[in-house]
Amino acid sequence: MRVLLFLLQKEFKQIFRDKGILVIIFVAPLIQLLVLPLAADYEIKNLNLTVVDHDKSDYSRRLISKIAATDYFKITGSPADYSTAFKDIESGLSDLILEIPQGLANNLVRENSQSLFIAADAINGVKAGLGTGYLNQIIAEFNAELAEEQNPASGIKPFPVIEAVNSNRFNPLMNYNYFMVPGLLALLITIVGSVLSTLNIVREKELGTIEQINVTPIRKYQFILGKLIPFWIIGMLIFTAGLFGVGYLVYGIPISGGSGVLFAYTAVYLIAMLGFGFLISTYSETQQQATSVAFFFLMIFVLMSGLFTPIESMPGWAYVITQLNPVTWFVEVMRMIVLKGSAFVDIKKHFFVTIGFALLFNSWAVINYKKIS
Amino acid sequence: MKLLAMRSQFFTFVWKEFLHVMRDRKTLLMLFGLPISQIILFGFALTNEIKNSRLLISDFAKDAASQQLIGKFEAGSQFIVLEQQANPEDIEAAFKAGDIDLAVIIPSGFYNDLLHLNHAQVQILTDASNPNTASTVSGYAASIIAGYNAELAADSMLPYPVNAEVRMIYNPEMKSAVNFVPGIIALILLLICILMTSVSIVKEKESGTMEVLLVSPFNPFLVIISKAIPYLLLSIINLSVILLLSVYTLGLPIHGSITLLYLISIIFIVASLSLGLIISNLTSTQQTAMLVALLGLLVPSMLFIGFMFPIENMPVPLQLFSNIVPAKWYYIIIKSIMVKGLGLSAILKETAILAGMTVVLLGINFSIFKTRLS
Repeated sequence: MRVLLFLLQKEFKQIFRDKGILVIIFVAPLIQLLVLPLAADYEIKNLNLTVVDHDKSDYSRRLISKIAATDYFKITGSPADYSTAFKDIESGLSDLILEIPQGLANNLVRENSQSLFIAADAINGVKAGLGTGYLNQIIAEFNAELAEEQNPASGIKPFPVIEAVNSNRFNPLMNYNYFMVPGLLALLITIVGSVLSTLNIVREKELGTIEQINVTPIRKYQFILGKLIPFWIIGMLIFTAGLFGVGYLVYGIPISGGSGVLFAYTAVYLIAMLGFGFLISTYSETQQQATSVAFFFLMIFVLMSGLFTPIESMPGWAYVITQLNPVTWFVEVMRMIVLKGSAFVDIKKHFFVTIGFALLFNSWAVINYKKIS
Repeated sequence: MKLLAMRSQFFTFVWKEFLHVMRDRKTLLMLFGLPISQIILFGFALTNEIKNSRLLISDFAKDAASQQLIGKFEAGSQFIVLEQQANPEDIEAAFKAGDIDLAVIIPSGFYNDLLHLNHAQVQILTDASNPNTASTVSGYAASIIAGYNAELAADSMLPYPVNAEVRMIYNPEMKSAVNFVPGIIALILLLICILMTSVSIVKEKESGTMEVLLVSPFNPFLVIISKAIPYLLLSIINLSVILLLSVYTLGLPIHGSITLLYLISIIFIVASLSLGLIISNLTSTQQTAMLVALLGLLVPSMLFIGFMFPIENMPVPLQLFSNIVPAKWYYIIIKSIMVKGLGLSAILKETAILAGMTVVLLGINFSIFKTRLS
């Protein structure tokens, strides 16, 4: 126990000696947590629409103003022909083109039907799909209006219409920060935890100071605990600051569930991630090696966590990878406890899986760590 | 004669750096393995499309119309439909346990209302704790209902006068790889370049060999250049592998000029390498350099390239900030060349900005490189 205390003293001294590192460890994650949620809004709105109106009749103008009145579209231009409009798509100024052919009004009266032409930049398929869907909805409403005018007497809608009433649970105002802040905090804690332990141990290896420890009677577990405990404390501090300081005070996100459960989970999670970093460092000889391995895994952890892109639509094998990714579980727990107010029973599985990760990474690392080089 | 000597000196230094890089087999393996495995993994896995959302339909009507509507939901690949007459508490509990993503409630008397009043309501409940998914999924549900409405209108005696023909440009099958792969290419190239160079100078500072280099008659600026050259070559090899994989494995053909793509990619690689060198110049230990790269750059660079979240949705200050991210411009350029098949004239502005940034980044490197030890 006394040995451990001395080791802890040494580690803390080392951490506090390098002020530059200390600033990066604490400030970088919190600033990102403050700023990045604002940059992660995926809602499809304000689509840029170029309208080519060959008709220029009352009907076409009515349709256009109906489209402009919605939140979905911003009419960015109304050139005279399609090829000019297409230039806007090429340069990325516009997402969709609506072309209204000449004689809209006449054709409606004479033939009772008229085709419009929509072209969408489908590089982002979801954007294009939803954008054309919204346009079609507006056109359908336009049709209903026309039909009502033809047959104004009844007061009943001329043909059956199903109205969809939307309600968004847990986040009624669809505030994107509510989702991104807890999720990003999970990501940043992951990066802090694993990077600190990776770099610290391999640094001692590279500088040769690990030799000095190896020749002392310090036991393996004491050395490892001496390394992990300070980083665990730092991780928990950042988590607390992020959750209350940034999440609650700045973004006003209350924790709907029990914060006790959340902290207990995070405590276990951090042990897992510190163990992961430790594991990487047992396999590397230089900091460069350790960093490139850490980079590799962290990129996968971040992008395959379901925070930025949905994981349900990934192919089966990729979905398996997301389930082997500790971050996936943490992001989900954050979402469940902070936003939905889920209780321990709801996240029991996540808890056990994370304990499994912690045991796996740490015992693997301990077995692989040798006191002789 | 002097110039010749300098040239041979320079090549000796480049060769030294090459040996350094080649000697560390584990790092080398990562430098090549990382782009290859990640372009495949992310290329297949990342999508903003949402398939297989778990949808609970609580059908209190159980009539012809409600069954028809449920059929529409079951038809596509967007939803996995679970049909169950659930009360609000059950639905709430299912959301909390994370069992469902979306619920649709069809009230009793649905068909009757449609038949007699020509108007019926269904309720859509989404789990907006993930608003990104929620808005997309409720958009899907709304367009399924709109489609059903259009059918009902067509069935009714009244004509359905205005309709629209839709054409999807550039990506008629709406594959998400078309959107994501160019972004992933930009991200991987950027990060691998930063990863390689950010330790290069600080490593020599830390181990003390930088002192030896600086007291030698060798021009200190050539030290920087000779450090960057092996990594530039490695990155060009990586670029080629990445492009081959995205064409042959991910099925994303290059519609524009390959030469142009290479030239601009090399500009971008030089910019990214310079960024890494700046980190290396400014820090005093490898540990700090790596923390800056991993903790400071990893997540922000993912967001500001603009391939996952649209930049036009960001608040204005962040939109302005995104303009100084070289990877954002590179992403626009490769999308234009690879997918849209555009030539240089269409991307002149973006290319000029990227080239300008590269010059600035290189200039910063030369001006902050310390030729003396403090």
